[in-house]
Amino acid sequence: MTAQAMIPTPPRTRMPAKDALAAVHAARDARDIVITTMTPARDWMLLPQQPLDLVLVPSAMGSAPPLGLGLALAQPNRRVIVCNGDGSMLMNLGALVSIANARPANLVVIVFVNGTYEVTGSQPVPGADIVDYPALARAAGFESVHAHGSLHEWQSAVSRIIAMPGPTFVALDVEPVHGQPGPKSPGPARERARQFMQALRG
Amino acid sequence: MFSGEKICTLLEQLGVTHVVTVPDSTIGRWQAAIEELGTPSLVRVCREGEAWQVAAGLQLGGAAPLVLIQCTGLLEAGDAIRNALHDFGLPLFAIIGYRSYLNQDTLPGDTCLVFTEPTLDAWQIDYRLVTKPSQFDDIGAHFIACRDAGKPGAILLAEGKA
Repeated sequence: MTAQAMIPTPPRTRMPAKDALAAVHAARDARDIVITTMTPARDWMLLPQQPLDLVLVPSAMGSAPPLGLGLALAQPNRRVIVCNGDGSMLMNLGALVSIANARPANLVVIVFVNGTYEVTGSQPVPGADIVDYPALARAAGFESVHAHGSLHEWQSAVSRIIAMPGPTFVALDVEPVHGQPGPKSPGPARERARQFMQALRG
Repeated sequence: MFSGEKICTLLEQLGVTHVVTVPDSTIGRWQAAIEELGTPSLVRVCREGEAWQVAAGLQLGGAAPLVLIQCTGLLEAGDAIRNALHDFGLPLFAIIGYRSYLNQDTLPGDTCLVFTEPTLDAWQIDYRLVTKPSQFDDIGAHFIACRDAGKPGAILLAEGKA
């Protein structure tokens, strides 16, 4: 065993997921589009809602970042914030490359990294505690890449980070919450899509 | 069967704003013309499920996207199609290259010919099969019919090789 291999990995600092999401909620502008899916969707629905919130439930797992890319390209004068889970991100890693290639300056992808498929019973995601999400984003071509595990630091930084020219990638180390139900759809998806489009036009 | 310039001009006339695509050896040849003209905008993605999801975002955002993929990618993209077209009710339109339809020399017995059309039927996508150049006008006509009806649609474009 080499000396390098013997160095213990420091324990990861993790923040409560709900508080991390609440910081996004506090920092977003009413004109921003916010897409949430999986656990972030469940927790987002506990907060006051805005017409440009798109709760992606039901979803095609992994679809939130590419959906955000499409919205960011269609609405270049609005900021689009995607709140994704790590399991969902792993399901569609190529989307990071597609986003970096399209270079939408108004897109922010935030991945809540808890290492588990929380909504299915907290099974570990592949590569839990191994995958380096900021490094993946940099390798895909993102230039604005950020990582936080401290709630205080995230709360202090979130407004500045989401205001940066993007595309921006943020990895947040959050505590897994065991035994909670998955997100429930807030209503028929077709009707919500129609209302969302109407809100964009209005 | 059709040049990139001809397709590009048609898409512009139809008001398509973005072409979201993963190429194959037939439809991929259109990319240069699309980029040269600049309208519609070309959006390259890494897999076909993603193409439908990006198109869904574009449509929700008020743009008029077109998905341009091969039929193998249609088979890959099922959950994205289900969510975009049937959960959220977005009437997306696609041009889908039909691998091996005109020539199976490269891939004899290509099972794309078995599964592609039943898959489109299963996803309730109203499609037209285009097998010869004289059907060019069918592309625009079907696009407009689906757009006016507010329903998803596709052109299944016969291809000659893998």
